[in-house]
Amino acid sequence: MTDTVVLAENHAKTTNGTGRRVPYRVFTDPEYHTREQEKIFQGDNWSFVALEAEIQDAGDFKSTFIGETPVIVTRAADGAVHVVVNRCAHRGALVCRELRGNRPNLECVYHQWAYDLAGNLIGVPFRRGLKGQGGMPGDFDMKQHGLKQLRVGIVGGLVFASFSQNVVPLDEFLGPLVVEHIERIMHKPIKVLGDQRQYVHGNWKLYAENTRDPYHASLLHLFHNTFGLYRSTQTGKALMDTEKRHSLLYSIAASNDETADKQAYGDSRTFDTEFKLQDMSLLKGRQEFDDGITLVILAVFPNLVLQQIQNTLAVRQIVPKGQEAFELVWTHFGYADDDAEMQAIRRKQTNLIGPAGLVSMEDGEAVEIVQNAIVGEQQATSFIAMGGGRAEDADHLVTEGAIVGFWDNYEKLVGFETPQ
Amino acid sequence: MLAAPAVRLEIQQLATELNALYAELIDDDRLEEWPDHFVSDCIYTVISRENFERNMDSAAIYCDSRGMLVDRIVSLRKANIFPVHAYRHILGPTRIVSVTGALAKAQTSYAVLMTRTDGRTTIYNSGKYIDEIDLSGERPMFRSKIAVFDTNLIDTMMVRPI
Repeated sequence: MTDTVVLAENHAKTTNGTGRRVPYRVFTDPEYHTREQEKIFQGDNWSFVALEAEIQDAGDFKSTFIGETPVIVTRAADGAVHVVVNRCAHRGALVCRELRGNRPNLECVYHQWAYDLAGNLIGVPFRRGLKGQGGMPGDFDMKQHGLKQLRVGIVGGLVFASFSQNVVPLDEFLGPLVVEHIERIMHKPIKVLGDQRQYVHGNWKLYAENTRDPYHASLLHLFHNTFGLYRSTQTGKALMDTEKRHSLLYSIAASNDETADKQAYGDSRTFDTEFKLQDMSLLKGRQEFDDGITLVILAVFPNLVLQQIQNTLAVRQIVPKGQEAFELVWTHFGYADDDAEMQAIRRKQTNLIGPAGLVSMEDGEAVEIVQNAIVGEQQATSFIAMGGGRAEDADHLVTEGAIVGFWDNYEKLVGFETPQ
Repeated sequence: MLAAPAVRLEIQQLATELNALYAELIDDDRLEEWPDHFVSDCIYTVISRENFERNMDSAAIYCDSRGMLVDRIVSLRKANIFPVHAYRHILGPTRIVSVTGALAKAQTSYAVLMTRTDGRTTIYNSGKYIDEIDLSGERPMFRSKIAVFDTNLIDTMMVRPI
């Protein structure tokens, strides 16, 4: 068989019947992981790296990752934001070893090679040798030995970077729907409230699925359902950009109908009318947006989730750690002009989200129980069909369309065929 | 201000015992008794050192009433889905930082080991407790307890109090 036939057959296998099938080996095989680093994280895509508010002043820097590659996000003296690979041009050492800070320039501790905040090499000790001995060769050109500089794009104070010179402009990559919803949340200056870091023993794509999945949210998360923060019966939508890379899920809690909802969920484990809170202050928030939307999960391909759950606002950055684990970095924020009461509301509602979040902690376990069940599996596939099994928008929340959209894009970029 | 040596020793003893009991209730899964050792308008926070040292609010767990502690436990029992596991607290010595009237401030280092059903034990979380202990009643109670954790990467999730 030619490669084309194999590809076509594989394609048929993953699309036959009504529903999408994804081979489980994409979550376990290191070969896919290597290809993802090249085709997704270093390919023609934009990855989220920081909130501008994290690098507010000249000299501020933050170290993070795109895929598994360490990068540094900096704010230069002229206010420009730069993203460079965190690897000395000399012999590959980490140039920046702190999570964040403020420095006039970047200096590698190994041999003190110094770079400006844009990544240009500005100093090499003993470049001309000592006492006429040693030194760099005469043709050594500082301009050729800077840190690798990435393209930078900013939308609504969210900083993205790309390794690609060919990638479409950021606005176009995100599409109008995603830009609109980033700008909806980022409509005024924000204030970072802190980070939470979660290590999940599962493949990062299981989390990409999880955040494109309105179907699970009321069935896995009892807290969501019982207190009506999210139910699939709510008025809401599951929408995508035209490329189907990104996913917007939103819902309106005011649309809850206790009687109808009780009927819909029947005896479901996660609709527990017996469960009452002693201290209801946890759920006392404020309506912040005129559109009435109380829950937004905006999953931006490949590594970002921007969320609003009640009055909690956060970005979640997905950082793969090998094919069987990822780190999830939650950066919580409020608005710079929050009054004392609003600050107190956000502080308390942080209990809902993050690794110890009453409505979000289960996602870590959901990812791990899949990873644990598919160990070594070469043939079997998942089956994704809720809502029709195609990457289509829905004006309801009983769908897995956006998960199909993710996999359609993954297939285009990485492919499902068994590595040769 | 520090109390006279004999009183101080007694306070240290009370604070040490309170922390030991606190840990025992969690480790032995007697979580329903755990909130009883906090005053009703208590503060209980589990926060990363990364945020605490930047004076940032964002905590893994933040409760400002005993009711919220109870709610956390009821949620654990009834709502949350998590891998079966047990904690083991290893506590360092409790140092009394200050005593003002009937309120003692104390600090204790801790390590929480976690054992999952596969039998493996890992260091799940380590850090220090910064406590305010109310000594005015029949038994000492936490007015506030802040667990500042060094283990910045929370393994899978956090459902049990630290």
